[in-house]
Amino acid sequence: MIGLGLPRGFLVTLKNFVRPAVTEQYPDRHVGLLGAAKEAGMNPFQFLIKNPGNSLKAIAGLATVPVAVKQSPRFRGNEFTFYEDRCTVCASCAKYCPLGIIEIVSVPGKIDAQEGESYKIEVFDIDIGRCMFCGLCVEACPYDALHMGTKFERSSYIRNDLVISKDELFAAEKRPSSFYRPQFEETGFDPFSEEVTDYHDAGRHERPTDEDLKRKWVDER
Amino acid sequence: MDQSFLDNSLWRNIYCLLAGDSAGCSARDYASGLLPGGMEWLAFAITALAIIGLVINGVLGGVIVLIWGERRLFGRFQSRTGPNRWGPFGMLTSVADAIKTMFKEDVVPVDADRILFNLAPILIATPALLVFAVIPFGIGTYVADLNVGVLFIMAVTSLTTLSVLTAAWSSANRIAILSALRSVALLISYEIPMALALVGVIMLAGSLSLGQIVQAQGIPFILVQPLAFFVFFIAAMAEMARAPFDLTEAESELAAGYLNDYASMKFGLFFLAEFMAEISTAAIVTTLFLSGWKGWEPIPSHFWFMAKLILVLFVIIWFRMTLPRLRIDQVLKFAWKGLFELTLINIVVTAILIGIWPQPTTAQLWMMAAVNWPVAIISIWLVSRLLGTAKYEKASPDSDSPVYSVATESIPKTSEYITNSTDVSSVEAVSKEGGA
Amino acid sequence: MAIKTQPVTVNLGPQHPSTHGVFRMRVMFDGEEIVDVEPIFGYLHRGSEKLAEERTYTQIVTLTDRMDYVSSMLNNQAYILAVEKLAGIEPSPRGVWLRMIASELQRIASHLVATGFLLQDLGALGTPLIYAMRERENILDLFEIICGARITNSYLRPGGVFMDAPQEFWPALDRGLSDIVNTLDELEEYLSGNEIVFSRTKGTAVLSPELLINASITGPMLRASGVDWDLRHRNPYDYYEKIKFERKLHTASDNYARYWVRVQEARESVKIIRQCIDQIEPGPVRPSFDDVPRLLRPPAGDAYAAIEGSKGELGFYLVSDGGIAPYRMHVRSSSLINLTLLRDMLIGGQFGDLFVTFGSVDLNMGEVDR
Repeated sequence: MIGLGLPRGFLVTLKNFVRPAVTEQYPDRHVGLLGAAKEAGMNPFQFLIKNPGNSLKAIAGLATVPVAVKQSPRFRGNEFTFYEDRCTVCASCAKYCPLGIIEIVSVPGKIDAQEGESYKIEVFDIDIGRCMFCGLCVEACPYDALHMGTKFERSSYIRNDLVISKDELFAAEKRPSSFYRPQFEETGFDPFSEEVTDYHDAGRHERPTDEDLKRKWVDER
Repeated sequence: MDQSFLDNSLWRNIYCLLAGDSAGCSARDYASGLLPGGMEWLAFAITALAIIGLVINGVLGGVIVLIWGERRLFGRFQSRTGPNRWGPFGMLTSVADAIKTMFKEDVVPVDADRILFNLAPILIATPALLVFAVIPFGIGTYVADLNVGVLFIMAVTSLTTLSVLTAAWSSANRIAILSALRSVALLISYEIPMALALVGVIMLAGSLSLGQIVQAQGIPFILVQPLAFFVFFIAAMAEMARAPFDLTEAESELAAGYLNDYASMKFGLFFLAEFMAEISTAAIVTTLFLSGWKGWEPIPSHFWFMAKLILVLFVIIWFRMTLPRLRIDQVLKFAWKGLFELTLINIVVTAILIGIWPQPTTAQLWMMAAVNWPVAIISIWLVSRLLGTAKYEKASPDSDSPVYSVATESIPKTSEYITNSTDVSSVEAVSKEGGA
Repeated sequence: MAIKTQPVTVNLGPQHPSTHGVFRMRVMFDGEEIVDVEPIFGYLHRGSEKLAEERTYTQIVTLTDRMDYVSSMLNNQAYILAVEKLAGIEPSPRGVWLRMIASELQRIASHLVATGFLLQDLGALGTPLIYAMRERENILDLFEIICGARITNSYLRPGGVFMDAPQEFWPALDRGLSDIVNTLDELEEYLSGNEIVFSRTKGTAVLSPELLINASITGPMLRASGVDWDLRHRNPYDYYEKIKFERKLHTASDNYARYWVRVQEARESVKIIRQCIDQIEPGPVRPSFDDVPRLLRPPAGDAYAAIEGSKGELGFYLVSDGGIAPYRMHVRSSSLINLTLLRDMLIGGQFGDLFVTFGSVDLNMGEVDR
């Protein structure tokens, strides 16, 4: 009915006025006394007695608690996870990159009794300043050596800092995203947990036993 | 010297402290002043300056708080948190903004008329502040109790538009001029219903002085004069160019309207003036329709005034958050064809009621309210019908029935005119040509 | 005494809060009335079509994401359909169902953005916009669960999608759908009865169906004029034949009708997704790499495939010369074509309606300039 449209609009905004905010606060969240006490794992009265200073801060609206960002395990982050032990330097990733930002240089390496013949990686640069995180490199990797990362806080003031060099890539914390890696989802792997994935667990195939390896690399030669 | 200002507690406290009982203050409280006898004129001047400083700083402080509060409320209405990073509950955000504004580069357009361009921000801040000269903030707390207070307010508030026009003209910007012309049109249209709406209040109170109007409110005049309140509130929103009448600044049309070319603290002054206008409007509404500082006894009168002021501000912000903007022709039509009639109805009805009860007591005010509310509802309904809202009655069509009259079946299916061409030879010819 | 007046020319954009990107209009005003409009665009031209000539067929998916950046999934779908037609790929059923779900979600998101920004242009100071964006955020969360990215998804691949939806996606989708319905209810309660919205949008910028058809305008703009033209119904692609949905039509063909059609279509999309959830079958999400290799080499030829995008018919025309990259790619972008009637809509109108009308067209500069 005409004439009631505006009042109904006012009621809708009032309803939203009282409902909790949907804002995701980052990197920390401002909490009141109740929130601070909950974070500390006590009830508000305990918290008030034990931490009078923090309680005052919380009442004044100055207390913050760090926020765990809600992320999907498939999130395509910008800190790539790379397992050098899985990489055969086939450069599929470099070929599939639509922007050609992966640079790989390799030299023939030694033959390891345990892991087999390998190429040594001389250069492995990913210029994430130009990367668009499409994930095609990860999709292309036949041996599951390269994975998308789950972190996203690698911003910088200098453009050259955005090139992930070989050393950085090798040293980075191994928290692969399950993007295009269904094996992680099958095993229920959580990239945000404490555990760090070993390169043995990152592949889509069964890990060969020591005997298999010995037969392949020692006995057959 | 006229001693009546000693009724005013704001004046008396400072003046008598300086001048002592020789100037007419009660000997019990103020035996001897700080200044020697015969210097009453100096005491008077100092008192005046002190009060002006107090009110201006109070209003400016209020503006800072209001900007913060408005942002927080915006956030809540939009189910966000609003600013909360800087200071307790984000309270220092507007302070940070003020500092940032001050340190920005002051850009003046090449084609600008420099004198007027610099004058306009000063001009706009003045009228918004002047309104507070006549507002009673509590029992005996006011700067001046003009006996033509309502007229003064009407005169002063319309000065804002002059400075808007000055700003727009001097910045030599076409968008700004469009905005200023809208502002003038708004002023001309809404000043009349606004003034006429106040006539009912003035008739009831029998005075133009704001202090007397507050005294006359046995019950808040919003109950006795609903129609006047409705019209005045809308007209006041239009006067200070608030949504749904924010045509002068119309973010989505004019970017910032007359403010387009202003930067730094000049922009800051316009911004301050906008929020001061909001506070002053709320103060006027509180005084005229919500019985000002009146309230129940143990709580001091200033508190009541502030509480009502904040309530009105909340409603203004709520309006701003909820309503879309009207178009300029609709706004003007609304003023002339809608509000103007409503005020005339209100004046006639109030005049008849005053004729019946010339000096209304509280009980008689209640009886007037009983008459006025049905009149208000019926007349608003009637005017809204006459304004032609009836044609919008049907909100949505029957989703299935209306189909374009041309038989849609006659339009070929896309598959009939789009084919997957498999004629490879022609494409190969193209590719050879292009790929060579 | 008559005052001598002359029309004033004002430049709106490319930096303007409501031009929905870097769009520029040179408008001539007579007072508040619009006398002449000259749209100027090309500020966001990135040469996507040319870039596509040097990318493999899979890599181009990432380019299509960035054309209409509020409906990436729909762009992916249109492109993938063209590739499948060109290379004669038989898609795997589960992949098709998944991409239908994804693209319908994207359609809701796009309509929410369109509705929100239309109301923002009306001057509602962001409140309805934020309600709409709040819901779009939930849809983007769903996209993050399903493909790891929120806006530039690149989810689709020739023959299906790159990865099956994880287990947690399905309950989240259920929750999301009911949330979407709630938000649409709220938006309609807020604005569909609002007298100010009525008076602003009804009867403004009316276009006749004949004009719209002659200008080859499609999508909600066309359906708002009462023409029953929806490619999902007219020329069903993917599995839309197995889906029952209503085509929402309005006859007024004004700004309100366009707003109304979008909101109702978002509701219909929810129903479509529910049917997709019921009908989805287990299986692989894309053909094996033996059938559809990563490096496609379609036979020489050309193909055009079109879908009902969020803004109208979104078509991709691909010409292959047998190589790994298309010889030519052309996009029939509905945003650009819907823009052609801007003059007809605006001239004679008021300044206040300029951006409302502009918003009701729902164009995206990323798609206009490509």
